[in-house]
Amino acid sequence: MRTRSYLLAAAGLAALVLGAGAIADEQASVNSGEVNVYSYRQPFLIQPMFDAFTRETGVKVNVVFAKKGLVERLKQEGRNSPADLIFTVDIGRLNDAYEGGVTEAIETEQLTDAIPAAFRQDEGHWYGLTQRARIVYASKERVPPEEAPKTYEELADPKWAGRICTRAGNHVYQVALTAAMIAHHGNAKAEEWLRGLKSNLARKPQGNDRAQVKAINEGECDISLGNNYYFGQMLENEEQFAWAQSVYPVFPSIGGRGTHVNISGMALTKASPNRDNAVKLMEFLTGDLAQQMYSEQNFEYPIVAGVPQAGLLRSMGDMHPDDLSLDRVAANRADAFKLVDKVGYND
Amino acid sequence: MTDIVISPPSHARSSSGRAWILGGLLVAAIVAAPIGAIAWIALFPTENIWPHLASTVLPRHSWNTLLLMIGNGIGVFLIGTATAWLVSTCDFAGRRIFEWALLLPLAVPAYIVAFVYTDILEFAGPVQGLLRDLFGWQTSRDYRFPEIRSMGGAIFVMSFVLYPYVYLLTRAAFHEQSVSVLEVSRTLGRGPWQTFFTVALPLARPAIVVGIALAMMETLADFGTVDYFAVNTLTVAVFNVWLGMGNAGGAAQIALVMLGFVILLISLERIGRRGRQYHHTSSRYQVQPRYTLRGHRHLAAILVCGLPIVVGFLIPAGVLARHAIVFFDDSWNLAFFAFARNSLTLSATAALVAVAIAVFLAYGRRLSGKGFSALSRVALLGYAVPGAVLAVGVLIPFARLDNAIDSLSRELFGISTGLILSGTIFALVFAYVVRFLAVGFGAVEASLGKIRPTMDMAARSLGAGPGRTLWRIHLPLVRGSLVAAATIVFVDSMKELPATLILRPFNFETLATHVYQLASDELLEQSALSALSIVVAGILPVIILSRAIRNAGPGSRVGVIADVGAAQPPSRAPG
Repeated sequence: MRTRSYLLAAAGLAALVLGAGAIADEQASVNSGEVNVYSYRQPFLIQPMFDAFTRETGVKVNVVFAKKGLVERLKQEGRNSPADLIFTVDIGRLNDAYEGGVTEAIETEQLTDAIPAAFRQDEGHWYGLTQRARIVYASKERVPPEEAPKTYEELADPKWAGRICTRAGNHVYQVALTAAMIAHHGNAKAEEWLRGLKSNLARKPQGNDRAQVKAINEGECDISLGNNYYFGQMLENEEQFAWAQSVYPVFPSIGGRGTHVNISGMALTKASPNRDNAVKLMEFLTGDLAQQMYSEQNFEYPIVAGVPQAGLLRSMGDMHPDDLSLDRVAANRADAFKLVDKVGYND
Repeated sequence: MTDIVISPPSHARSSSGRAWILGGLLVAAIVAAPIGAIAWIALFPTENIWPHLASTVLPRHSWNTLLLMIGNGIGVFLIGTATAWLVSTCDFAGRRIFEWALLLPLAVPAYIVAFVYTDILEFAGPVQGLLRDLFGWQTSRDYRFPEIRSMGGAIFVMSFVLYPYVYLLTRAAFHEQSVSVLEVSRTLGRGPWQTFFTVALPLARPAIVVGIALAMMETLADFGTVDYFAVNTLTVAVFNVWLGMGNAGGAAQIALVMLGFVILLISLERIGRRGRQYHHTSSRYQVQPRYTLRGHRHLAAILVCGLPIVVGFLIPAGVLARHAIVFFDDSWNLAFFAFARNSLTLSATAALVAVAIAVFLAYGRRLSGKGFSALSRVALLGYAVPGAVLAVGVLIPFARLDNAIDSLSRELFGISTGLILSGTIFALVFAYVVRFLAVGFGAVEASLGKIRPTMDMAARSLGAGPGRTLWRIHLPLVRGSLVAAATIVFVDSMKELPATLILRPFNFETLATHVYQLASDELLEQSALSALSIVVAGILPVIILSRAIRNAGPGSRVGVIADVGAAQPPSRAPG
């Protein structure tokens, strides 16, 4: 009986030591000249760029990936946060971070030269890295090109009843589109549009952007909304190749101005403990090499002027972005969220 | 159970007893802090969106939650009581195997089952593929196939993994029923069906109610399944409002509504448990004669007991095993070992801490009584708080505390202490302990309750203090159930998903987060090895419970471990 309690105590001690060791590991990484990233982006999408950065500078990049909650975590951690940079997949979260007061303004020659003014915050609180267009995917079989929607507004037209698939209305990409709709047409019109779109849905919103294309392939719907880079990613995936093959991309316009675009971006945190390395990484990612990698590997539109688009992007057709400023999209996000709830988009 | 009740000796007035109680209060307060934090944020939000929530989100999401809970309630009731009755009172081939195998679905987290069934039943899956080949259909417009990603699908998936709660408790209740009651029913001319509906079922009602309440609590807390199936429940609303709209206040308000549901369920459970003790009117036990089933009835019994095992365990585990073998070379690598090591370290630490605290609380309760009892109940509420909500409640007070300590240290010594607790595995272990403390506590309390107070008295009269009495007398006596409790907390922690996602440190993946990440990108195959590992670990408590079942026949000396199962079945981590 005695031995047992000793064994139990020893086991407990061992576990605690192991745990403490892990904690010590974490602590060590905070101060050792690395750079810590909170990322809303899937790690495998940015890892190649980080690896290239590490090869070039020797600075190791640590990543916490989460689909949700990182800005909230930054806010709570305050000035002691270990994070140096935050990476988002849309303007909304960048703006949340900025308005939440967890970002730090930074301007260097490289950054301001590389990134056009429209894609960075005035004082340098955040920088866009890539542009992504929210486009329509249309079934090759059931939607002849001349019938494909030319505008987003048209998606609310009853002729599409029961033929559209989208992901959940409160996902950041959909929210940004709805916010852009509010910016162009006002709240009431946007609500009407969202109701129309909702009533045209073939099924309850579910899954990610690729799942919608898959549903077109399976005959459940005829058109879907999705970000442009998924087209390339699906073509590269053995199983998803057939999904991509069943559709063609369409670039509709909003408010008669151009295709709705969003950005993926980054911001320096106020608490950043490895500031120099963080700025180094920011500059690296706005450099030509990284920008080209974004385009070649992820099929996103480079933000830096003069960086060539990947061949696939060019083959998809010309993309004319809506020139609505991203600030206005961000400003209407809260209202867009409420509209989604109000029309019961996800039900 | 027929013992004369002797109150444990009160130590409230002795000084060592008081120290114990103070310590217990402190522990309870710390553990209850996350819930307090949630209440605080809900009542004093920075931007109040309650009117918007109350008019749009809440009614719909509450309705869906209610629907899902009722659906699952009916599902687990039907499966749980039918199987429990068959294995307790009938004789058919394989009964002894079914008896423990019916617990196997407990090993599989609901979200993993959801991933697997989507994989099988979706358009591109083998079932629909086969149907298309057979009938020459081309697209989904040519035929109708029920959509698995729906309310119905969620009820299907969750009923088949949550029914063991009802099965476990109801089976125990059937066994405890005095055989004479059933004999009377038979001599009065009732057949087996009538006996079941008019005698056995009403007598087992309290156990059934407790089982259903527990299953409903799991339903309420689930995130992984409903997220994947696009069923808009209150958990989903918490995630949307907190992490989508960035409104912690609104999320906390929804969390409070959920706590309302929880309190309702707990009261239901309490009422159920209270009813229980009236049933032991006779201590006369003898082996119950079983109904012998023949012909199609025999077959039906095998089908009824076999189906839940096939649907809830064999198919999910089989599919995962197949994927794991096919993708073995891709998955069996250093990264997998790192995930596994993280999961094991975290869960083992959480299990030890939770059991230690559970002993502390349970013993404090034994020493003092009512006031302590109320406070420890608050500390146990974490069990019913969904992981995502709990993450909010852990993150916020920890970060404040860290920053307060840091400011103080900067002021006094000019040294920054940084974040000591947040963003480390400490925060994760803390969250697990809060979430699963109730599981450990239930087990420890139940087995401590088996030790007669006269033991305490004897030890005390021989000069041992409360601490020494605990160490020398109680702990050795209940060590079996301590191990069982630790195992259950361990496995629940391994399955935990939402809190882990939010609270984990840099470069830190566990098996569960790895599975979730890949599965939500439709890459389930590549994460099958990790998923299978979680399932294999999940079988551990099932073995403990099934051993308990075997030892706990009617009239036999009920083993301590049996009470672990009866008093508090393992909770399932919300996906």
